[in-house]
Amino acid sequence: MITARGLVQTFHTRQGKTKTEVRAVDGVDLDVAEGEVVGFLGPNGAGKTTTLRMLTTLLRPTAGTATVAGYDVVREAEQVRRSIGYVSQVGATFSGALAGDEVSDHGQLYGMSRADAVRRGQELFEQLDLEGLWRRKCGKMSGGQKRRLDIVMGLIHDPTLVFLDEPTTGLDPQARANLWQHIRGLRERHGATVFLTTHYLDEADALADRIVIIDKGRIVASDTADNLKAQVAGDLVSLEIADTALVTSAAERLGALAGDVAIDGRHVSGRVQRAGRAVPGLMRDLDAAGIALDAIEVHRPTLDDVFLTLTGRSLRDAEADAQADAEAAEVADSEAGRTDAGEQAPELEGATR
Amino acid sequence: MTFFHDSMVVFRRQLRMNLRNPAWVLIGVMQPVLYLVLFGPLLKPLVASFPGGADNAYTFLVPGLLVQLGMFGAFFAGFGLIGEWREGVIEAERVTPASRAALLFGRLYRDLLQLLVQALILVGLGLAMGMRAPIGGVAVGILLTLLIGGACAAASNALALTTKSEEVMAPVINMVMMPVLLLSGIMLPMTLGPGWLSRMSDFMPFRWIVDAVRDSFTGELATSHLAWGTGWAVVLSALGVWWGTAVFRRENA
Repeated sequence: MITARGLVQTFHTRQGKTKTEVRAVDGVDLDVAEGEVVGFLGPNGAGKTTTLRMLTTLLRPTAGTATVAGYDVVREAEQVRRSIGYVSQVGATFSGALAGDEVSDHGQLYGMSRADAVRRGQELFEQLDLEGLWRRKCGKMSGGQKRRLDIVMGLIHDPTLVFLDEPTTGLDPQARANLWQHIRGLRERHGATVFLTTHYLDEADALADRIVIIDKGRIVASDTADNLKAQVAGDLVSLEIADTALVTSAAERLGALAGDVAIDGRHVSGRVQRAGRAVPGLMRDLDAAGIALDAIEVHRPTLDDVFLTLTGRSLRDAEADAQADAEAAEVADSEAGRTDAGEQAPELEGATR
Repeated sequence: MTFFHDSMVVFRRQLRMNLRNPAWVLIGVMQPVLYLVLFGPLLKPLVASFPGGADNAYTFLVPGLLVQLGMFGAFFAGFGLIGEWREGVIEAERVTPASRAALLFGRLYRDLLQLLVQALILVGLGLAMGMRAPIGGVAVGILLTLLIGGACAAASNALALTTKSEEVMAPVINMVMMPVLLLSGIMLPMTLGPGWLSRMSDFMPFRWIVDAVRDSFTGELATSHLAWGTGWAVVLSALGVWWGTAVFRRENA
């Protein structure tokens, strides 16, 4: 469904008089098979949205090639547009317009007749729990309803491939869980291939068959969530020691099983291979030494751990870095366009058609 | 035919949103109406001393106000586009197979329709206040107004998508508006002033358009003013449309 080779996007930012070239996307290779749900994960500013904009023909690649739904994104942009649905993170509807009007007009821009667009739109409203909101002003919808309306807009022409950009950013947990159900339904009900970007690990974990991780414009990993997690050395075991005096002693005993043991106040933690087998022995050991525990927790590796293992930085630190970069760029370049949730998108000079 | 179909879809959508808020059409026409009512009487005793042209204050003033409406009303058309862009509408439209030019033209149809309504209100009011003008000449004048209005609306849409900020766009428009207003002879004929000022205004395309509309309102359709004005109006609308389409086509708009 998607084949990309060596995709590059460079932006130019001005810092005073010196122009600097920023490689927002720096040689991305991607393969997505039909029917797959792929999570595109990375910190803000890693190049997710920029990659997505190139794949959806909104941005012409500086270098490299991409075939989407069988068509070249540059030479056959119109056919690509016909085949894909794109749900952007900023939305797609005007707050002052009625939801149904926006959906029907959007369908007509795909060449559908008004009647077809309305019929299909109302079907989708029903499927996405938006019944009765056809004549509601878009601006009067709740955050969750608005996101589902955006998905209706993206699905109106029955695309075979759907791009979702940060679909649940800014939603409350309940609306998020609800939206996840609908995103799963994209494949189950519509048979669509789904490519979604997110910087939430749990989201990629919950929705995607396969996760592609991007950092600083490059793909650093591509595998199933389980395989990625298997790369992390062991489960995280954390102990909360009742008596402060015994913390060091407890750390030594955990150290017999784990490589790096970290101590933080009364908390001792370390990564243990196959924690399920090792923990009972550890408990007996601690008990025999008279070390009482207030709590013990065992965490399976998360994608955050995977990111740390792959890049040497935690996802949160990477975000802080990207944010600082984006802010610096914003100060430097007052003409900077919309910065998509921190995604660096300054005025494009290198790729004017 | 997809261009026409797509632009009509965009036009209907824009028109629907405008009709939901018709106050804007009235606010747009308020300014020239106030000029007509509050400035027109001041011209009455002066108009006889204007070299050439009309002897009727309203036949002199209405054409100028028409062009002013065409220019400045349309200049503000782009502000709505910034709001739409901010909410992702432009990007959503650009991800459809619709013709990029149609995305602009659909909006221009709306601006032109609005301008036509305002122009008819203005002319009607002028006639009621004593303007004398042949119907053919008025039609030509309105046509020129629509041409120049289309050019300004296209430029305004292009500027909106380039700046993407009301705060940047408003001062730019103000900066352009002032010299255009002063050098076009909208309120008083440029020939009234000293030679150097008149010469400067020769370089202002809008001045020729004002003169052309003025001539057409007096019924003289074969003047050099009219030739120059029409020429400029055509050139400016071609430039405006070219710029607007280029901006809608550009990747990061």
